[in-house]
Amino acid sequence: MSTVLTPQQVLGRIPQQEPFRFIDEIVKLGDDGIEAAYTWRPDADFYRGHFPGNPVTPGVLIVESMAQVGVVALGIYLLAKEGSIDELNKLVTVFTDVQVDFSGIVTPGSRVEITARKVFFRRRKLRSEVDMKLEDGTVVCSGFLSGMGVPK
Amino acid sequence: MERQEAFEKVVKILTPHVKNMKALDSVSDTTNILDDLKVNSARLVDVVLAFEDEFDIEIPDEDVDLVNTVGDCVNLILEKSS
Repeated sequence: MSTVLTPQQVLGRIPQQEPFRFIDEIVKLGDDGIEAAYTWRPDADFYRGHFPGNPVTPGVLIVESMAQVGVVALGIYLLAKEGSIDELNKLVTVFTDVQVDFSGIVTPGSRVEITARKVFFRRRKLRSEVDMKLEDGTVVCSGFLSGMGVPK
Repeated sequence: MERQEAFEKVVKILTPHVKNMKALDSVSDTTNILDDLKVNSARLVDVVLAFEDEFDIEIPDEDVDLVNTVGDCVNLILEKSS
């Protein structure tokens, strides 16, 4: 039976947790896309090494945040809508491919907005066009990310 | 559409996803897409979508499950195009 999950229900089903969770809230959610926000914790341990005296958010974590929004969260919503909660419970979303461009830096404490538009959702594979913006609208990263729901 | 034309287009669509480029030298109807060409299974959706665009056809998901070889792709495309 098809189930339409609320943003709060989707957040509750995202498997990534602290200290590897990079999505705070879902602002908008629908069949065609998702908007979410995250504030980079200034006390996160990785800033000590990236880089000493000059903390900058690692690009791989920016991509991870974009994936948690545009692939995991949107994927959970679409899988629940297409299938059933029982089926959703048997799946985990894995990253399959990514192509992004970085165009800015994200400093500790920055609040970012992540927007994803569904490109396709077929055979449990989701590709989204995703961008991350700072609060002033500056795009720091954009591109295409894909993932699949696979049996746990 | 001629079978050979469809075969060449299928190989062209598969090529960007092929990890074992050497296998393309002897590609034939019996070449297995995952085992011989080493295409990542997660890329099969991309390949199917490219088939749909290139040949202007619709391929149901259940048909995709029956595709293993390059020849299977060609047969499916010719069937859907007819």
